[in-house]
Amino acid sequence: MTEAIKLDHVYAEIAGQTVLEDISLAVNTREFYAIIGPNGGGKTTLVKLMLGLIQPKKGMIKVFGGTPRENRRMLGYVPQFHTFDFHYPITLHEMVISGRLGNKSRVFTRYTQEDRRITEEVLITLGISDLSGREISALSGGERQRAIIARALVSEPRALLLDEPTVYVDAPAEQQFYNILNSLKEKMAVVLVTHDIGVVSDYATKVACLNRHLYTHDSGEITEEMLTSAYMCPVELIAHGVPHRVLRKHSHEGPP
Amino acid sequence: MISIMAFEFFRNALLAGLLASVTCGIIGTYVVVKKLVALSGGVSHAAFGGIGLGYYAGFDPVLGAIGFSLASALGMGMVSLRAKQHLDTLIGAIWAIGMAIGILFISLTPGYAPDLFSFLFGNILLVPVGDLVIMAILAVMIVVVVIACYQIFLAVTFDEEYAMVLDIPVEIVTLLLLSLVALTVVMLIRIVGIILVIALLTLPAAISREYCSHLKNMMVLSVFVGILVTTGGIFLSYFLDIPSGATIILIAAGLYGLVLIERGLRKNKHRVNPGNA
Repeated sequence: MTEAIKLDHVYAEIAGQTVLEDISLAVNTREFYAIIGPNGGGKTTLVKLMLGLIQPKKGMIKVFGGTPRENRRMLGYVPQFHTFDFHYPITLHEMVISGRLGNKSRVFTRYTQEDRRITEEVLITLGISDLSGREISALSGGERQRAIIARALVSEPRALLLDEPTVYVDAPAEQQFYNILNSLKEKMAVVLVTHDIGVVSDYATKVACLNRHLYTHDSGEITEEMLTSAYMCPVELIAHGVPHRVLRKHSHEGPP
Repeated sequence: MISIMAFEFFRNALLAGLLASVTCGIIGTYVVVKKLVALSGGVSHAAFGGIGLGYYAGFDPVLGAIGFSLASALGMGMVSLRAKQHLDTLIGAIWAIGMAIGILFISLTPGYAPDLFSFLFGNILLVPVGDLVIMAILAVMIVVVVIACYQIFLAVTFDEEYAMVLDIPVEIVTLLLLSLVALTVVMLIRIVGIILVIALLTLPAAISREYCSHLKNMMVLSVFVGILVTTGGIFLSYFLDIPSGATIILIAAGLYGLVLIERGLRKNKHRVNPGNA
């Protein structure tokens, strides 16, 4: 297993306010790393640090051995839903294939047969190939979500970063969504951040809780202690339709 | 009808309308989809400062307009990339500052400022041949740049953040696009004047948006809508002896009104017969 993303004692500020403190973590390929935390806990900041969209105040971030900016073409990114305008005149196919622009010439860009083939494959995998000519404003929430994931996948990333991907997805689609993520884990590292404790299904190989500090357990388990630390109050573990995790007693890890 | 085509000024006016329609169809599409309408208004009014400076210092006011509109577009672009929350206020300030500079310089210039009225309100029937050449060069340049950068412009105007993840130089691309907006605005000032530019830039694109789901198609349709309204406006203003700029804008506005009504009817129909939808 190679190390995909590594953070070493990273601090980050937004508008002069410290939002992340002393974050250290390592994500390996073929790993599904879920990070849970309350809104405002720094989850999006963490993802943007990995993408090199913001710079850390202190500490070091490595993406496949280089800086995030050097190697972000190896990353796929599924942003929070509302980062762009859904009334933009663009079809699902145009939006998804634009994910292949990263490694193409900047002027007189032409999509090749290979670009189209890979795009078609991803659209089929996600079950939206029949919608490919449709304008994105005419898609349902779940379809848009899959379009956003498809755009991240067509670049054939070595790691996939997902920021609150299930906010607009209903429950049956959610299960399907996690099945897709689980199959992707075979090919790449998957990092998922969410505020919804229930969504961390049995698929995650590692779970951490984030609220300014990162509380880890180095296994696919959420512990009551981690949640209590992250949410600053006792939280009950709820699982939506997935078997309850076994909560074991364990010694405290991570920063106090 | 045929007889007036014999007049050179009339042929020039139609040619100017055509060139303006090509650029405003293409660039106006970006202005509408990227919501740069207010910014473009600021750019066109800032251009007035350059026109005033041209009069005062004794060089071609069009050059002054190009300088001021480019500088204001790039300035606002830098701010929009860094601190979006201040952009609205800044646009308002630049809008007024440009006009104030222009008024100040013109009042300081001894004598009468020729063409001042046509800079403010445009006069397509009085476009000199020299301006036509400049307009043609600008139009060709804008078309070439947009063809070359089509996919990159699409990525950046659709989703700036994701374009950054794709390692596209978002800052440079945004500033390039805003430069094209500034040049288009200067070109349109000749046709409809500073005050009305914003309508010619946005109305054809807004009309096309109702019927197109691809950016490319929207551009092409906008160009045709532009040709329709400028040509219609030129004929109508000539025969009725009314101001050309205002006529063009009112035709475009009337067309947009009809499109909105048609859309309303279309939507209503769907609502009445949901089973057929």
